Amino acid sequence: MNSALKRLFGAGVIDEDLVKELVKDIQRALLVADVDVNLVMGITKRVEKQALDENLPRGVSRREHIVKVVWDTLAYFLGEKAVPLTINPGKPNLVMLVGIQGSGKTTTIGKLARYYQKRGIKTGVICADNFRPGAYSQLKQLAEMSNIPFWGDENGKDAVKLAKKGFSEMRKRGIELILLDTSGRHREETSLIKEMKSISKAVKPQEIILVIDGTLGQQAGSQAAAFKKATNIGSIVITKLDGSAKGGGALSAAAATQAPIKFIGTGEGMDALEPFNPTKFAGRLLGMSDIKGLIEKVREAQIEIDEDAAMRLMKGQFTLTDMMAQLKQLKKMGPIGKVMEMLGLQYKLPDNVAEIQEENLERFEVIMNSMTKEELDNPKLLKSSRLKRIAMGSGTATRDVRDLLKQYNQMKKMMKTMGKQRRGRRGGGIPGLPGLDGMQ
Amino acid sequence: MFDKLRGAISNAVTKATTKELTDKNLSDAVWELQLVLIQNDVAVEVAEHICELTKEKMLGSRTGRLENLTKLFHSALHDSIIEVLTPEYPLDLLEFAKKRRDEGDPTTILFVGVNGTGKTTTLAKLAHLYKKNGFSVVIAAGDTFRAGSIEQLEKHAEKLEIRVIKQGYGSDAAAVAYDAVAHAKARHIDVVLIDSAGRMQSNKNLLAEMKKMARVAEPDLKIFVGDALAGNDALSQAKEFNDAIGIDGAILTKIDADPSGGAALSVTFITGRPVVYVGIGQGYEDLHRFDPEWLAQRLMSEK
Repeated sequence: MNSALKRLFGAGVIDEDLVKELVKDIQRALLVADVDVNLVMGITKRVEKQALDENLPRGVSRREHIVKVVWDTLAYFLGEKAVPLTINPGKPNLVMLVGIQGSGKTTTIGKLARYYQKRGIKTGVICADNFRPGAYSQLKQLAEMSNIPFWGDENGKDAVKLAKKGFSEMRKRGIELILLDTSGRHREETSLIKEMKSISKAVKPQEIILVIDGTLGQQAGSQAAAFKKATNIGSIVITKLDGSAKGGGALSAAAATQAPIKFIGTGEGMDALEPFNPTKFAGRLLGMSDIKGLIEKVREAQIEIDEDAAMRLMKGQFTLTDMMAQLKQLKKMGPIGKVMEMLGLQYKLPDNVAEIQEENLERFEVIMNSMTKEELDNPKLLKSSRLKRIAMGSGTATRDVRDLLKQYNQMKKMMKTMGKQRRGRRGGGIPGLPGLDGMQ
Repeated sequence: MFDKLRGAISNAVTKATTKELTDKNLSDAVWELQLVLIQNDVAVEVAEHICELTKEKMLGSRTGRLENLTKLFHSALHDSIIEVLTPEYPLDLLEFAKKRRDEGDPTTILFVGVNGTGKTTTLAKLAHLYKKNGFSVVIAAGDTFRAGSIEQLEKHAEKLEIRVIKQGYGSDAAAVAYDAVAHAKARHIDVVLIDSAGRMQSNKNLLAEMKKMARVAEPDLKIFVGDALAGNDALSQAKEFNDAIGIDGAILTKIDADPSGGAALSVTFITGRPVVYVGIGQGYEDLHRFDPEWLAQRLMSEK
């Protein structure tokens, strides 16, 4: 996937062949990620159609545009940002978890309980799984581990009664978030699906969470649809994302239920639960880094380049002041290493440069404030006596001043290389980074 | 499901003006086939492999009539599926235990797999099967990690009237397995079934723990338990578990949830080992012998 994207960013002209090739790559990535076949075809058809769309929004390159089309389609199903559980404090909020056998309902309840308990919400758990041997003990042990109130009856015969009894017990104890565990079931088990319906009718949960196994394949959509048909699925939690599975089944489930994904399970520990991050997840599905994040951050940062500076840079003049401006702009977009990673490009900064930039930016500014304008424009002047004076003036060590110069030289070298690369290839450069584009 | 595929096949015929099937005029049909296979939860890599096999079997054939071509395509696909499902050597769990018993030795079987595939339930079903066939059975509660796992196993054992060898949670799983094997040897018990904690195939530490279990207990057979609802991950799971301890066979669970069963192809493709049973329900009897022919028909049926 990354190779196709690199080609996309690196190619001079984006033509039909390149788009076709990219579409193939996106298709394969999504299919490997277990996204529903029809959904994949729908997404890529849209990409193919819109990629060569003549009317691009102003200020958007075609490269950005293609990535954006893919993202938009995914975002339609994934949502733009994470949605938390709605909990009315001081009141009993009943949340019921349902799902296929072995998808991780009970473990997820343990994690959710801990997550909300830590955030100051009185949380309790109920076991209404009277079918699977050991389900009662499992939830009880998990609850005890985290000191969370538990209710269950190992000899209870009727899941509906268990749920009702548990709910009233928890209400009596003044529990705010009540998590209800149910037996695993799948769409072919008509009587169990019916039972789920009865439980939901009897206790009227505020929200029903469908737990989706991250390794689930093409069945995800139809299974989720069966749950949706029987009860009102309000949200989705994806489990087992600590493995190598990409979790594309969850996309099908989200599409089938129209419910947002709220959390993901990322490990065996009771703290391994994260709020769902759509952009990260989209990247996971596509097998590429956080593309959407990049586009957004670039826009947010509104990088503007001083035209004079651009002219100077083109002539190969790169001053300390320019470096500071560049570093500041990049910093606005977040950690520089991250930005480069998001680009997934060959302009990879040496690790030490990235690190120094993170840590030393402030110190550099202080040091530069102790320099004269002449020195800033022509760092070659900086020999030992000047270094000592600057270090004294800025309250730093000469070593720090040298570090600054070292970074300056590295960046200058990089700018030079980038300039050369740029000249050798029409239309290259880092996409969506007008700041850097302008310098070349 | 095969509608599109049929269209693509007839297209291929129309394109085959020379009446000889070439790479080019088969490409649409092969692509459609690949999608159909993926739709049936065959991992992408395996689907590509089956397509290649099918194509190879067809290339160069001369055929004019659509009927013949469709037939040819179906038989090529059928043979390719069977080819992938055919293990390097077969495995029969009942025969195996019988032979061992005749030699005066117990049969020890370790069950491994990722979390929630149904290892414990499958183990209980197999315990039932062995018992029904006249074998004495003991179970090792080798999942000392997941809350409730020991109780789960004990409940099954109680119903099946089988002894469980256990220690507490957090104890050394390898030691539990070792104890069970020693117990079986001392009491001349025919079959030892060793449960293990579910682990993600990417978790190096847990895979190392599993290796230790296999090293210490020296099971005769290591059975990978896979979820038939899994998609592409089935391939990676089977590969990693096989690489870690070398599996002898696999059991696929949750077939009653009506998955297409493509995961079976992924498992045998990557490990060369057979799927021996499939789980088809929550009862102890709900374990069926796996038949490659059944899966081939299922994949090629018109749903």
